[in-house]
Amino acid sequence: MRKLLASLGVFLALALSGCGYNSLQSSDEQIKASWSEVLNQYQRRADLVPNLVSTVKGEAKFEQDTLTKVVDARARATSIQATPELVNDPAAFQRFQQAQGQLSGALSRLLVVAENYPNLKANQAFRDLQAQLEGTENRITVARNRYIKAVQEYNVTVRSFPTNLTAMAFGMKQKANFTVENEKEISKPPAVSFDAAPAAPGAAK
Amino acid sequence: MTLARALRRPLAGAALAWLWLALLVPVAMAQVAVPPLVGHVTDQTGTLSAAQQAALEQTLSAFEARKGSQLAVLLVPTTAPEDIEQYALRVAEQWKLGRAKVDDGAILVVAKNDRTLRLEVGYGLEGALSDITSKRIVSDTIVPRFKQGDYFGGIDAGVAQIIRVIDGEPLPPPQRAAANPFDQVRHMAPFLMVAALVVGGVLRSALGKLPGSLLTGLLVGAVAWFLIGAVLWAALAGLAAVVATLLGGSAVLRGVGGLAGGGRGGFGGGGFLGGGGGFGGGGASGRW
Repeated sequence: MRKLLASLGVFLALALSGCGYNSLQSSDEQIKASWSEVLNQYQRRADLVPNLVSTVKGEAKFEQDTLTKVVDARARATSIQATPELVNDPAAFQRFQQAQGQLSGALSRLLVVAENYPNLKANQAFRDLQAQLEGTENRITVARNRYIKAVQEYNVTVRSFPTNLTAMAFGMKQKANFTVENEKEISKPPAVSFDAAPAAPGAAK
Repeated sequence: MTLARALRRPLAGAALAWLWLALLVPVAMAQVAVPPLVGHVTDQTGTLSAAQQAALEQTLSAFEARKGSQLAVLLVPTTAPEDIEQYALRVAEQWKLGRAKVDDGAILVVAKNDRTLRLEVGYGLEGALSDITSKRIVSDTIVPRFKQGDYFGGIDAGVAQIIRVIDGEPLPPPQRAAANPFDQVRHMAPFLMVAALVVGGVLRSALGKLPGSLLTGLLVGAVAWFLIGAVLWAALAGLAAVVATLLGGSAVLRGVGGLAGGGRGGFGGGGFLGGGGGFGGGGASGRW
C-alpha cells in the first residue's frame, strides 16, 4: 500500500511538473555559454597584460618586483588549459580560479603602485590600457555573476524533486561554482596603523 | 463568542508577525531600487531644471528616432551599498535599452552624493563606445564640468559626444519597435485556439462526432505536451479540446472572441520602452 502511494506520488509529481529533462539540458547549455563568456573575458585580460607590461617598463625605476609578479601570474594563469570541461572537474576548477585570482591581485597591485609615478599617470597609452583593464575586470565580474546564477539554477534543478530522479538517471551531477578566492584574507580584520610610514598599498581590493 | 475570540487571537498574532516581517525584510536588503523607465531622462536628485530635462529628452528621443539606438540618463542620490558598476548593470538589465539582437543601448548613471558616474554600454555599442572611448568621454568631457558643479553642462556635452561616436557606427536602420516575445506568444494563443477549433470542426465532419473529437484531443494534447512539457496539463488541454469539439466549435469561439476583445486596450499608452538590448558590463566609470 505504501509503495503504491509512493509511486502514485512520483507519478503525480512527474505528471504535474514534467520530468525536467529539457530544463536540465537547457540550463546545462546555459552554463556552458556563461562559462565561455568567463573564459573569453579572462583571455581578454591576459591579452592586455603584455602591452601593459611593456608600457610600464618604459618607466625607468618602476618597482621590478611588482612587474615580475604580474608577468609570472599571467604565465601561470595562461598555462592552465581552460576548456569547457573544466567545469566538471572541481580540482582543476579550483586551480584555474586560484591562478586567475593571483593575476587579479598582481594587476591591481600594479595599478596602485603606478599611482606613485606621475609620468606614467600622464602617459596616454598607459591611461588607455588602464581603462581597458578596468573595463575587462568589470566584464569578468559580470560574466562570473552570470555563471554563478546559471550554475545555481542548474544545481537547484539537479537537487529538487522530481527532477533529481531524471538527473540521476542521466548521470548529471552538481557543478562547481565560484567562491571568494581570498577567504582567509577577508576573514582577518585589517591591520590599521597610524605610523608615519605609508601603509603597503594593494593589500586588498 | 468564546470560540470566535479564541480564533481571533492567534490570527491577530500571525498578522502582527507578518507585518513585522514585512517591515523588517526591506531593511535587511536595502539596495537602491531601480526606478521605472518613463523617459530618456530620469532625475531623482532634482538637479536638472524642467527645461534642461526637456532639452535632453528632446535630443535623446530625436537621436533614437534617427539612429535607432536608445540612450538614457539617470541621476540618483547614491548607489550605496552597491558600487556604481553593480547598480548600473542592474539598471541596464531591468531597462533593457537598445534594440533586441542589436543591443545598441547605453545608460549614463550619475550618483550625485557619491560623486561617481558610469557610462554603461550595451553589447552592440562596445565597438564604437569602447572602454577607452567611454573612459575619455567620462573623464575628459563630463568630470571636469561636474567638478565645477555644472551638472547639466557635463551631461549635455557627454551626451553630445556619445551621439557623435554612435553616429559613426553602422547600425541597422531604425524601425518601429517590435513586440517582445512574451507578447508574441500571448498574441498567438487565441490563434492557436482558433486553429484547434477549426481542425476539430474539420475532423468532426470528416470522421464523425466522437472519433473526430478524440483525434483533436490527441493532437492538442501532443502539441500542449511539446509546448508545456507537463503530462497532466497536456492531458487537460486535450480533454478541453475533446469537450470543445464535441460541443461544436462556434459557441466556444464566440465566447473566446468576446473575452479577447474585452482584454485588449488597457496596454500601451505610448511611453518609452526598452527594446530588449543586452549588456555585459562594458563602459567606463569615473569620479569627481
